[in-house]
Parts: sequence; C-alpha cells; structure tokens
Amino acid sequence: MAEAARIHPLAGRRLALPGLSLEPCPPAERLSLRAGEDALAAIDEALGLALPRRPMASATAGGLAALWLGPDEWLIVADEGAGLAGRLAALTGIAFSAVDLSHRNTAISIDGDKAVLALAAGCPRDLSPAAFPVGACSRTVLGKAEIVLAREAPARFRVECWRSFADYVWNYLVDAAKSA
Amino acid sequence: MLLIHCPYCEEARPELEFRHAGEAHIARPAGIAEISDEAFEAYFFIRDNTKGIVFERWRHIHGCGRFFNAARHSVSDRFVVTYRAGEPKPELSGEQVAAAAPGGKATPANAAAGVNGKAAR
Repeated sequence: MAEAARIHPLAGRRLALPGLSLEPCPPAERLSLRAGEDALAAIDEALGLALPRRPMASATAGGLAALWLGPDEWLIVADEGAGLAGRLAALTGIAFSAVDLSHRNTAISIDGDKAVLALAAGCPRDLSPAAFPVGACSRTVLGKAEIVLAREAPARFRVECWRSFADYVWNYLVDAAKSA
Repeated sequence: MLLIHCPYCEEARPELEFRHAGEAHIARPAGIAEISDEAFEAYFFIRDNTKGIVFERWRHIHGCGRFFNAARHSVSDRFVVTYRAGEPKPELSGEQVAAAAPGGKATPANAAAGVNGKAAR
C-alpha cells in the first residue's frame, strides 16, 4: 500500500542574511481553544499550565505555549506528539471547544536585529519593546495575510499563518528581509 | 493610518485589523414575523446616515475577533470613544464632540478613552 508522506509547506527553505534569519518552524500540534471563565480552572489543570487571562499575554510550560487571542480564545502550540486533544477529551461536565489546527497552520521563525524592520514592512503593529515585549502575542496582519505574531525573545518572533498562506508569507518576509 | 482602541484588547490597534459592521444599537423587533412590511423595512434597511457623530459596530476581525461599538465623527473620521458590545450608548460631552469634529484637537480626556484622530507613525 502506498504511504502518503506529509510535506512541510516550507520544506527546504531557509534564509540567512547579516542580522536576520528566516526559518520554517518544525511541525507542531495546535489547538484553537474557546472556553468561558467557568471552564478555565479545569483546562489549566489538564494542560498543566495557567492560560493567560490578559490581552496579548502568553504562557509557556512543559513544552506547551498558550497564546491569548481573544477574551475567550487561545491558540495552544506544542511539540508533535504532545496529545493535546487527548488531554482535554477527558474533561467532562464543562463546556468548551477545542479544535485541532495542527495542519491548518504553519509557522516561521524570524530572528535577528533586523527582524522588527522586516516585520514592519507588512505588519502595522507597533513592535517596539515597550508596546510588544517578550512574551506578547496577538493576531494581526502581514501584508494581505492574517498571522499570529509572538515575540519569543527580544529579537526573535514566531509568525503563525495558515498553511495555504505560507508561501505568500514566506516570500513577503524574504522580500522585506532583503530590503531591511 | 487610524489607530482604533479595541475595548477587549485594551489598546489602540491599526485600522487594518478592523472591519466596519454597520450602525450600532439597532434592536431586532420582537415578533419579527408579525410586523408590517414597512416596519420591517425601517428595521432592516433604513439607516440614519448622520453627518456628524455616528454610533457604529466595528469588529476587530484580525485581532480578538470581537464586535464592539464606537462613536465616530463621519466627516473627520475621528473616533470619540469605543465601548464593549452590550454596553449602553455613552453620553458624549460637547467637548468630546467638538474635539472629534474636523479641525478639532484630540484632548487628553478623549485620548484616554481611546480617541485617535492622529496618524500612526
């Protein structure tokens, strides 16, 4: 029987310039989590991390990252094989929604002193350290694509985008990087 | 570019993240199947289209995804105040209205409430 191999949408791409590098992030498990206030305590316990309750906040623990996207919405990212959906499936008696987005999204890591300059070519957000510090995250836009942007280190960002937008976002960032 | 204060994200964000979503505070009549065609037309199609301060729904679609309401000046495009969906229409002071009008200056008071007539960097 033929085996279908999964192909990373940005397989083999890489860009390294002085002061800036672009790299596709490895495949990850992702959940879109929607939950009300009353469900959060149980979900915190099941995930082993406290979901951030404040706008733009993120939390990481045990290989998991939880990004606040809206008042009742989080993006949970974990390494492949973390079994996120299984951990939440055991919860009963509370209402919430957890949708697996592992293969809908892909991510790009942009690293270096010029990362902010390159992102600013397409992202209208204020990315100064005061307005968007390490640990901050939000859904926003890059050019014509919607992205989730997270600042993982002073000069390193994770850009999550839909798989079908990956080529567009990658090329946009490459163009921006070359002129940054 | 306008900066629009999102009451859920609690900060001013670039206009590209937002979508306009029509006039605010339009209540769907109870017993919608029983009302007359004229009443339905008035509810469904007829909008005030005021020249001046308008109350509108906006959606932070490329952000938190939430709908919220805003008071905006339809000539200057300045936002006077934004507030969460479900909250009552705010009373605007004459000072706020004047500041939002064309040629008006955003004051510290309305800047704190999320007014942004100024361009982003």
